Amino acid sequence: MASVTGVSVADELPGPDGRAPLAGDGARTGRLGDRLFGGAAVGAGLVVIGLVTLIGLFLLWKAIPALAGNEANFLTSREWRVSGDHPRFGIVEMLWTTVAASSIALVISVPVGVAVALFITHYSPRWLARPAANLVDLLAAVPSIVYGLWGLRTFGPTFVPVQEWLTAHLGWFPLFSTTSISGSGTILFIGVVLAIMVLPIVTALSREVFAQTPVAHVEGALALGATKWEMIRTAVLPFGRPGVISASMLALGRALGETIAVTIIVSALSQGTPWTWSLLNGGETFASRIANNAAEFDSPQKTGAFIAAGLVLFVLTFVVNAIARIVIERRKAFTE
Amino acid sequence: MSSVSTAPDVTSSRVQPRGPGSPMLSPLGRQSRGRQLRDHLARILVWLAFLVALAPLVWILWSVISQGYHLLLDSGWWTHSQKGITARREGGGAVHAIQGTLLQGAVTAAISVPLAVLTAIYLVEYGRGKLARTVSFMVDILTGIPSIVAGLFIYAVWVTTLGFQRVAFAVSLSLVLLMIPTVVRSTEEMLKLVPNELREASYALGVPKWKTIVKVVLPTAFSGIVTGILLGLARVMGETAPLLILGPYTKSIATDLFGGYMATLPTMINQDRTESLQPAVDRVWAAALTLIILILILNLAGRLVARLGSVRK
Repeated sequence: MASVTGVSVADELPGPDGRAPLAGDGARTGRLGDRLFGGAAVGAGLVVIGLVTLIGLFLLWKAIPALAGNEANFLTSREWRVSGDHPRFGIVEMLWTTVAASSIALVISVPVGVAVALFITHYSPRWLARPAANLVDLLAAVPSIVYGLWGLRTFGPTFVPVQEWLTAHLGWFPLFSTTSISGSGTILFIGVVLAIMVLPIVTALSREVFAQTPVAHVEGALALGATKWEMIRTAVLPFGRPGVISASMLALGRALGETIAVTIIVSALSQGTPWTWSLLNGGETFASRIANNAAEFDSPQKTGAFIAAGLVLFVLTFVVNAIARIVIERRKAFTE
Repeated sequence: MSSVSTAPDVTSSRVQPRGPGSPMLSPLGRQSRGRQLRDHLARILVWLAFLVALAPLVWILWSVISQGYHLLLDSGWWTHSQKGITARREGGGAVHAIQGTLLQGAVTAAISVPLAVLTAIYLVEYGRGKLARTVSFMVDILTGIPSIVAGLFIYAVWVTTLGFQRVAFAVSLSLVLLMIPTVVRSTEEMLKLVPNELREASYALGVPKWKTIVKVVLPTAFSGIVTGILLGLARVMGETAPLLILGPYTKSIATDLFGGYMATLPTMINQDRTESLQPAVDRVWAAALTLIILILILNLAGRLVARLGSVRK
């Protein structure tokens, strides 16, 4: 803690027997130990700083030559040909798939996650609150590859009729128009799976802030005759809003970077497939494209292209997480 | 923040207002029907959301358990590898993958735990000013780093720059990047819970700072730190993305961290995920179940440690 310096300075005043209190029995002040241990702690902190800096620098260093050799516009091209003498690659398609799927995940998981958090903190019977919280946390303990496997083999086939219904009844809407993808490897479906995966993140953090709602606010609302729902709407939700926002951002960060579940489920499109806004189309996210091609990192040019894609993903998640942190910090500043 | 943080004491901080859900007289008079209706609707929706959230959990566990359990009952699963077993043939086990997962997990923990705990000690006990804020910020960045990017980074260093092969140790290095932030954050929380009086009492006895940390602060927070480590380990053991880049699958047992490929449970699942032959499909589900059990054991152990000795305020 910052207030405790802990530097053990020997007392200057002589003890009752006329000797300096510690010098007499040869006790050490522990300064050397302090220096070593403190040095190790600072060193560990520096290693962490170094690691993150290295990650950024290395990715940049490997990506720049590949980007320089790129003959298409990296930001706007839909092509992805990284081998050969004339590489042409761009990220716009991956960006669309990644952002669209993550947005779907958020649209589903935030309302449900907040409701679950409200259930745990305010609605569930007392005996159920803790088991319920543990069960939702258990969702976070399921490895993402198991989500992928389950999505591919079990959930996917069940989801196909939903997609067929969407195209049949809402096909006139660009987001739900028919595409060449017939199975469940669509942006919409990975959005749904991602929603399940990030649900525990939304719930865990929302639950924490909801539980911290000042009792005075709650009792005040109730004393004024509010129903339970009105109390939640006027006291709990406004108090928890920053927490919910940052929880959503953390969840978004997780959804953007999720790799293996998406890689397993989504159907990659072949080169030159015509562009469509449909959410029932396939595609590849940044992470899934890198993972799908992990076996082909043989030339620096190829590797560099994928690293460039990874760098964009890194920046994207960084921005999202930073927003989450800023919101949390601001809330702290308010409540303290 | 780790999603499986040690659960806050939900029940104790919960407010249980009595009565207002049922019609009663408020100072403003009787609640109108519309308000009551909305209240009921909210209650139903919240319950519904909870059930909706549970559905996938139950469904996932059911599909994995029902399709995977029978292979786990076979003792061969725990004693044999997949060496010489094709997708068409039944038999073989997962011991090569289990061993690989445990070994890589152990190496990851061995590297990241000292680093992460020391970083947390720095942040709580020593750090102040600009450097501490920078370290804290960097830990936040590490928290948000996608696992595939961690894999790419280690690939760029280990294979592209240093010219080494793709080996188990490189996998562990990438997992270290993912484990450090979770352990730092949980350890930090636990160290902050240690009452300052304990530190001051120790200083008053003339104990130097480093000894105070080692003999007073760390033992007090010990169980919480262990919980954080176990939960962090559970998270990285289920990680697949860096393994796709750095740790190709192999069917036989491998123990060499620096040479040859090493199988893990995630890559074993990934290997045969598109297989349609029944023996291979069975093995995929069984491997998934094994992985879930392994991670669940770590989670439960973490919670148990947390319950046995939590920091008392």
